[in-house]
Amino acid sequence: MNVTVQPDKLTAKDFASDQEVRWCPGCGDYAILKAMHKSLADMGARPENTVFISGIGCSSRFPYYMATYGFHTIHGRAPAIATGVKLARPELDVWVVTGDGDALSIGGNHLFHALRRNVDLNILLFNNEIYGLTKGQYSPTSRVGQRSPSTPMGSVDSPAEACTYALGCGARFIARGIDVQAKELDVLFRRAREHKGASFVEIIQNCIVYNDAVFESFTAKDVAADMQLHVKHGQPMLYGKDRNKGLRFNPQTFKIETVVVGENGVTEKDILVHDETNRVLASLLVALRPPNAPEVLGVIYCDPAAQSYEVAVKAQEAQAKAKGPGDLDKLMRAGNTWSVT
Amino acid sequence: MNLQADASRNGGPAGAPVSKSDLDSIVVRFAGDSGDGVQMLGSQFSQETALAGNSLATFPDFPAEIRAPTGTTYGVSAFQINFGSRVVKTAGDQPDVLVALNPAALMVNYKGLRKGGLVILDQGAFKEKDIKRAGFTVDPRTDGTLKEFRVLEIDISAQTLEVAKPFGVTQKEALRAKNLWTLGLVSWMYDREMNSTMEYLTRKFGADDAVGKANVAALKAGHAYGETHELSGDVAPITMPSVKVEPGVYRLVSGAEALSWGLAAGAQLAGLETVLASYPITPSSPILHILAKLKQFGITTFQAEDEIAACCAAIGASYAGKLGITASSGPGIALKTEAIGLAISTELPLIIVDTQRGGPSTGLPTKTEQSDLFIAVWGRNGDAPIPVIASKSPGDCFEVAIEAVRLATKYMTPVMLLSDGYIANAAEPWLIPSMKDYKPFPVKFHEDVEGFHPFKRDPHTLARVWAKPGTPGLMHRIGGIEKDYNSGNISYDPANHQKMTDTRAAKIDNIANDIPEQDVAVGDTKGKLAVVGWGSTFGPINRAVHNMREKEGLDVSHIHIRHIWPLPRNLGQLLKSYEKVLVAEMNNGQMLTFLKSQFLVDAKGLLKVSGQPLKIEEVSSAIRSMLGSN
Ligand code: SF4
Repeated sequence: MNVTVQPDKLTAKDFASDQEVRWCPGCGDYAILKAMHKSLADMGARPENTVFISGIGCSSRFPYYMATYGFHTIHGRAPAIATGVKLARPELDVWVVTGDGDALSIGGNHLFHALRRNVDLNILLFNNEIYGLTKGQYSPTSRVGQRSPSTPMGSVDSPAEACTYALGCGARFIARGIDVQAKELDVLFRRAREHKGASFVEIIQNCIVYNDAVFESFTAKDVAADMQLHVKHGQPMLYGKDRNKGLRFNPQTFKIETVVVGENGVTEKDILVHDETNRVLASLLVALRPPNAPEVLGVIYCDPAAQSYEVAVKAQEAQAKAKGPGDLDKLMRAGNTWSVT
Repeated sequence: MNLQADASRNGGPAGAPVSKSDLDSIVVRFAGDSGDGVQMLGSQFSQETALAGNSLATFPDFPAEIRAPTGTTYGVSAFQINFGSRVVKTAGDQPDVLVALNPAALMVNYKGLRKGGLVILDQGAFKEKDIKRAGFTVDPRTDGTLKEFRVLEIDISAQTLEVAKPFGVTQKEALRAKNLWTLGLVSWMYDREMNSTMEYLTRKFGADDAVGKANVAALKAGHAYGETHELSGDVAPITMPSVKVEPGVYRLVSGAEALSWGLAAGAQLAGLETVLASYPITPSSPILHILAKLKQFGITTFQAEDEIAACCAAIGASYAGKLGITASSGPGIALKTEAIGLAISTELPLIIVDTQRGGPSTGLPTKTEQSDLFIAVWGRNGDAPIPVIASKSPGDCFEVAIEAVRLATKYMTPVMLLSDGYIANAAEPWLIPSMKDYKPFPVKFHEDVEGFHPFKRDPHTLARVWAKPGTPGLMHRIGGIEKDYNSGNISYDPANHQKMTDTRAAKIDNIANDIPEQDVAVGDTKGKLAVVGWGSTFGPINRAVHNMREKEGLDVSHIHIRHIWPLPRNLGQLLKSYEKVLVAEMNNGQMLTFLKSQFLVDAKGLLKVSGQPLKIEEVSSAIRSMLGSN
């Protein structure tokens, strides 16, 4: 009998570090962490080849709780540090864990360039629309009117939309999930890891202490089915308790509208079919926000480039090395020299 | 009170014109519009001079604007070269010859010329409107402005046009060959072979290019002009005997080149591949350009989105097991500060090159200064010591870069390497080193799982282990939060923070035992006066101290500091063995304050922040005044 020996099939436990997890009880981060432990084990990832890099914030404690290599860096700079890691060691599986303040405020520039360059990183942005670690100030994704210690009368500036930003930055993989939806997150983690190039995953994360229930309009049990659209490539974008709600493109307004199949003459044929390689469609989908439309979840956009940044860099280096290894003595003696005897 | 260096002083110590035959060195300054190709003219002349076997030092002095409006004083670009049959240590206090390709170039530079010196003017550029534009109210050639100098007027523009036009180039292209016409003339004056320039032109333009041919023709015509016009007296051609130097193969090298090659050499000696991550900034960018062409050496270059990202990417590379390097100048260094702190806290090797320029803020981007000493040694939040070393000359950058890599990898620490705008751009003849003369210092990555934690230290160096991702069994987490001494895990324990702070400091302090003791560059290990310098002021201080000892018999010595932090272990004692200490530097007293704070020495300063290198005469007169001999 032929038995394929899998030397040490790892389990979720093998990806959990021995450090005591110190997020607030009930924080959404716990669920994401647990999902990650299990996903990596299921994917057959190796802890020694996996690196988690984070900036500063609640979410950025993530690497400490992973039994992989980990680097808890400085505020906003994780994508830049991860880019250096990837340039040095393209073979490593590099994950960036960041938050809405870390990635979109202080680190907006680095996120932009990591996505634009298409460095092969898996970037997870935990969006809780608040600064948790610094005790509750409003964040760049907080909605107008957010009351916080720094905005006692409510914030007045418009929020950034993470996936829209990523798309504008030139990201070629964009997905969105919810902290407690482990099964769905598993798919997103897997797809992000498989995608060669920068993968951007926004994870809706509840901060139970400073911004509890801010996502209730689409996460509450009673509304979830009617307010969440889980998209799948090649399938009609239907949702709702009765799976009779859907998205329809209106060419007159160039907008996506929500319709009900069977009402006002709408048939299933009118419902848009998800095409994750379509950037225009992606730009319309990421712009839909509750309460006027469902929250779009799943792999919204995936259109890999021919090669990721570090692969292209290494290709140039290989080309240079093909002419033979560098010889410093020769290099320094090239050009005009003279001898003194 | 500190002594003031007077950058605008005129009239050398000797006063009277020196006849050519007496000179063992000559200073020539080329000046023109920033579009006149003065830097090319200067560097080609330097190349010819080096190949002729003279000692030399150069000083490219250009404006921050790429192309300032034509004919303005702020658009003047200059290149100074000092060459001689004795070892030349500076680009020269005062030019003997000034070549001014337009009135603005004359305006900016004539006051610096030695009395009795020679001015060569392009007559064709002295139209009335150009003269006015340069800020002269009357023609300086007729009103006595130049009466202390000898003036040679040649219509270089017309001469160039005449020889270049037949090649079918535009008027503008033809006129742009005037730098080569001038080079031809000066090459004739100093008996230079022009082969290297011809080769350069062929390389640049190709053999059949019309502009290239026009340039070659202009070069030859300038040379022929000298021959056929029987220029006489001071303009007659002279041959400078070659300098007696150590045997070997030489080349001209700029600080940026030597530094880049030194980094490559250091990495090779450490057995590491490198990632240089930088953001474009004057005058540091040449390092990025040079290393970008050295991919075959296992060097990855990365032009980051900003200075912070550059430093962070370099740190990421070091974390991943390569040598991370980032190069910048003052404003960029300021931005990298927080990231450097992370590398200190996580004890990762990192090389930070600071090619200093005039500050604060944007300051004087193209001018030199040594005012980043404080930010290098102390400029971070928290108690955050790192080794700081400074290069004293273009060629010395090679040695210092290797030393930086050695310290960074041996002690697992960021190292700040200080160069400056003068060193980076200036060129000097360089005895080309051989890699076999350097002892390798290979890095050993940690692989032993037994008892591993990321902050396990070498008991002697106190360096932590370097375990790179990909190593089975050594998975670990590090970060900027304080770590437990015994496990590397996060720790907020008060006693542990004290211990870790003390350990980080002790690790760096201990490097003092691994660097050479401070030597005396010129003079005795005790006496009346020590002139202390660091970085690019080596040349002027060294020459001045030599002169004062030999010509005026003064008891003065020169001490030049390479290792700024930690300081050489004998330095305090050494300084106390002189009655007086003078610190000469191009800032407002940073090394001065630093030495006072470290050793309680009652030092005085010779401080200059004019964007121009220190002059020999400035140091000499400060020495005289310290020793009461004037
Ligand atoms: S403050 Fe909010 S986000 Fe941070 S750990 Fe607590 S619940 Fe989680």
